[in-house]
Amino acid sequence: MSKNSYEAVMSRKSEIMKKAVGIDFSKFEHGKISFDYERMMRETGYSLVEMQKIQGEAGVGNTPLLELKNLTALARKLAPKGKGARIFIKDEASNPSGSFKARRAANAVYHAKKLGYRGVIAATSGNYGAAVASQAAIHGLKCIIVQECYDSSLKGQPEIIEKARKCEAYGAEVVQLTVGPELFYTFLKLLEDTGYFNASLYTPFGIAGVETLGYELATQFREYVGKDPDVVVCTNAGGGNLTGTARGLIKAGAEEAQVVGASVNLHGLHMASDEQFNKKSFTTGHTGFGIPFTTWPDRSDVPRSAARPLRYMDRYLLVNQGEVFYMTEALAQLEGLERGPAGNTSLAAAFSIAQELEEDKIIVSQETEYTGAGKHIQPQLSFAKENGIEVKLGDPKDEIPGKNIILPKHPKLIKAKDLDLNNIRKSYIKNCLSVTKAEELSKEDIEFLAIETKTNVEYVQKTIDEIKCKKL
Amino acid sequence: MNAKKGTWVRIHDIVLTAEERSPNIPDDTKKVPLEMWTKGFILQDASIGDIVEVKTITGRKVKGRLVEINPYYSHNFGEFVPELLEIGLQLKTLLWEGDKNE
Repeated sequence: MSKNSYEAVMSRKSEIMKKAVGIDFSKFEHGKISFDYERMMRETGYSLVEMQKIQGEAGVGNTPLLELKNLTALARKLAPKGKGARIFIKDEASNPSGSFKARRAANAVYHAKKLGYRGVIAATSGNYGAAVASQAAIHGLKCIIVQECYDSSLKGQPEIIEKARKCEAYGAEVVQLTVGPELFYTFLKLLEDTGYFNASLYTPFGIAGVETLGYELATQFREYVGKDPDVVVCTNAGGGNLTGTARGLIKAGAEEAQVVGASVNLHGLHMASDEQFNKKSFTTGHTGFGIPFTTWPDRSDVPRSAARPLRYMDRYLLVNQGEVFYMTEALAQLEGLERGPAGNTSLAAAFSIAQELEEDKIIVSQETEYTGAGKHIQPQLSFAKENGIEVKLGDPKDEIPGKNIILPKHPKLIKAKDLDLNNIRKSYIKNCLSVTKAEELSKEDIEFLAIETKTNVEYVQKTIDEIKCKKL
Repeated sequence: MNAKKGTWVRIHDIVLTAEERSPNIPDDTKKVPLEMWTKGFILQDASIGDIVEVKTITGRKVKGRLVEINPYYSHNFGEFVPELLEIGLQLKTLLWEGDKNE
């Protein structure tokens, strides 16, 4: 077996990661399943004040909070009398690299520089690449971004190609790959060869970087409307956005705010499939990441992910591709804000559930992202058509991912669908048991699972008993 | 086409052949190799299709097959999507003039 063979590199995974992240995760481990999450966040992250300083000096954060008065008026026309919450949006596209990911990257790159690394590497096809590249430019570090970009016929997702361009614009090197999870192998080899820092999306400082977003939300609402938001909707993929935002809200004392996750429904499309790669019109914010990362956060590129969305999630909504594209167009046409589609996942969900809430309630979609060639409704829909996806106006509930995209023929057809959080919780507990192969759990483990699932000890015990019964 | 030493180029390489790929991937992906593209300054004169070495923007030296000279981006705003036009018109009617269909 050669030193650089797939098996050889993968077997050195822990060793490479330890060097490239600078965290000894083992010291936070205890019990079979449990680990000390809060201690990890405290000892390896930064305080809120420190982060505000780090981010402020790098031009990140303090983004505008905008009230969407026309979308609110539209929602009220569609809602039962007296319903229709005030809809707001946090314009995260105003960050230096055009998305909230700048918050995560600012911390990660600052940390890398402080530890003396010469460069940073991130494995991402999303906005995070541009964010790391932008922050690396500010701090004078080298930067390599590894992307999954093409299918085997060399056809690239226009959205991902645009992100490659943006990374290069900030002076980063972009390594592009075809479809497949073995991207991780290339990523590990690059970390080993360069000795650069792994600017993972899932480290404590990366996730903590989003806490400033939640904190700003609370303080901006207090200044603007004199109270905390009632519902905060977060687009959910890897879970960091929701986790960080919720933690920031808690740090601001806005504990009553309901935290809602929203993902684009890509049910039926396999994320590692070469043939299906270009059948999807969203490359992030979708269920292909949202569900697996919520039900097993430690699948990420660090031993213990700091993104643990189930701890904070009060509700999980699905929206269809057509609904998100529609809301993106509505945001431009009614609010004069042209923003990227993926970031509007939470807006589509917010528009739908605003109609369930009383008029005096406040709901906020907590991010926007930049738009441009490739990364825009027009090219994304055009690309879908090119790949044999039917695009039409109709009822989005008939949308089948990979077959068609149905733009609602009337805004009243935008209906976010609730996922049963109990099923998600059960699935998380099941994954915990099967990955750790734990037979008997300690009291500590059960208490840990209760916190992880935002439930209680009785719920966890009952769920474990049910899972064991099914096995017998 | 030929590239002179020092020209900015794009190279291609096979990271894993179909046989070397991870067993835990879908069958359609298992049939094809894992491919990689990198850009850099070419370190010797060469022609398209030659195996060359480049120095990337971060200073790494990488080998691969020369596939593009002076590579550029051509992604754009796509072709006309007529369905999109209807959305703004309908929304404005609904909001400012009332829904005439109801």
